[in-house]
Amino acid sequence: MADVNYEIPEIQDEIETPRLKEGASAHLGPYPAQEKHMAPLGFPAARVEDWQSKGVEKLGELLKKYRSLQVYLDICVKCGACADKCHYYLGTRDPHNMPVQRAELMRGVYRRYFTPAGKLLPGVVRAHDFDEETLKKWVTYFHQCSQCRRCSVFCPYGIDTAEISMAAREIMDSIGVGHKYTTEIVGKVHTIGNNLGIPQPALKGTLEFLEEDMLDTSGHEIRLPLDQPGAEVLLVAPSADFFSEPHIQSLMGYAKVFHQAGISFTISSYASEAANFGMFIGSFDQKRKIAARIAKQARELGVKRLVVGECGHAWRVAYSFWNTLAGPWDFLDPNYPVPQHICEFTYDLYKKGALVFDRDANDDKVVTFHDSCNVARATRMGDRPGGQMMIPRELIRATCNRFVEMDPDTIGEKTFCCGGGGGLLTDELMELRVKGAMPRVTALKRVMEDKEVNFLGLICAICKAQFSKILPIYGIPMETVGGVHQLVSNAIQLGAKRGIV
Amino acid sequence: MPSFELNGRTYETDEDGYLINLADWNQDVAKYLAEGESVDMTESHWEVVNFLREYYEEYKIAPMIRILTKAIGKKLGKEKGNTKYLYDLYPGGPAKQACKIAGLPKPTGCV
Repeated sequence: MADVNYEIPEIQDEIETPRLKEGASAHLGPYPAQEKHMAPLGFPAARVEDWQSKGVEKLGELLKKYRSLQVYLDICVKCGACADKCHYYLGTRDPHNMPVQRAELMRGVYRRYFTPAGKLLPGVVRAHDFDEETLKKWVTYFHQCSQCRRCSVFCPYGIDTAEISMAAREIMDSIGVGHKYTTEIVGKVHTIGNNLGIPQPALKGTLEFLEEDMLDTSGHEIRLPLDQPGAEVLLVAPSADFFSEPHIQSLMGYAKVFHQAGISFTISSYASEAANFGMFIGSFDQKRKIAARIAKQARELGVKRLVVGECGHAWRVAYSFWNTLAGPWDFLDPNYPVPQHICEFTYDLYKKGALVFDRDANDDKVVTFHDSCNVARATRMGDRPGGQMMIPRELIRATCNRFVEMDPDTIGEKTFCCGGGGGLLTDELMELRVKGAMPRVTALKRVMEDKEVNFLGLICAICKAQFSKILPIYGIPMETVGGVHQLVSNAIQLGAKRGIV
Repeated sequence: MPSFELNGRTYETDEDGYLINLADWNQDVAKYLAEGESVDMTESHWEVVNFLREYYEEYKIAPMIRILTKAIGKKLGKEKGNTKYLYDLYPGGPAKQACKIAGLPKPTGCV
């Protein structure tokens, strides 16, 4: 492992608000996108010559398109409620990572070009030009926001910094200043069908391998069908579920649920990705194109239902935006939620008595649950408010004997980001990811020490990848990390009473 | 574009030192890349690298770890067919570090 040349935050008993350190994370920026990443998405290949005027023009366009953006730029009263709520601020101490200061990077530009006072007396209203220095700060600090929206929970006006950071990234892409990680990945979805770039033959081979693996370990012929027309359900999982540990454990969990319930399903190689990084780069157009792949496949395969795997932001896009992006979904069965989260799906079957769990199978674990930011703050599951928090927990309680909550200020809608969300799950930002994980690690360590917790249940591919990498740096074993459907996979009784009752 | 020189030839890499052209790879390049990762290439290390290259040749993507461990287990004995064995060989992670030495592109996504 590469040597760590930065200070790893010391984990305290409680999350402490640190003293400010100006410029503490000014050196942490993303790798720039190159022509080969930008051009296929219709973005300028490199920074355009008149980038200043073009950038301001784009901001003006977005202000008209998204009235919310203008409200967020106008309405902040600098009350400071958000200041100590961002995990990146708590971890890095950099004042630009206070949500108010991050947003101020755009507000200063907004005031300069779009308000009378800023046009006439920029100095008085702290308005500034969209110049080289500002752009540099935009690249840096709008890529130190994971768009987790924790700050907005505490803002008395509900200002959504994520929307501001998405707009900033959209403006930067429009002037040819892109982020390699996110643009490269969106490109792979268009050409291959998923973030990881797994071609159809490799996906087929992987799924067959896992079928064989499950047959060996369980003695049951559990299928992971690919491109199967006429299946009842199209399962759209994050492509990490076909590649990484512990992700694939959850994939096998989903398969066992379908098997046991006797519901036919298929995975699609064309739409083999639940994730939608179009959201991270603030591009409606890219978001729409990625979502359209799923709609196209659902129609072509003739499925009746859509189920989304364990992927946090994918569930936000699916639950909140799919209707606008790729609807109407009137060809799907209206008796089920459209779309349906895999946790909802499994929980519903469990409540109906179609699944039997043996909690003792997870008796080597004391489990806690990390709410993924996008799921907790931007979606719903089930038919009751808070269902997105309640249903994954109910599933854990149904599959495990020992479940413990972390500090209430760090769960539910107040959950902390894992530190790798929003398109920042890339190695050049490792220092930021390590530091940004500090609040969650603090709460986790507390329950590990006090309550013997040894398993962190997750429902997001990014959270799983981030924690697998980061927790060992804080001295916590990688095996602590796993999916909720990994617990389901362990506990499900195969062949007990097959089929829906 | 970042690059490195070896035996009078220039090799293009990405920002993290992964080879741009798969065809540029040879054993000397692998040894050079391994040195940069502080990995001392033994017979066991080569087994992994060779499997990765063969798999990539066929599928155009690195295998998931489970496929890798099973293949290693088949070839070298069950006691070696596990993730721990791979991490002992490649502490930086078999997917990323071993891929780099094998001259494969870096797997990116939610990994």
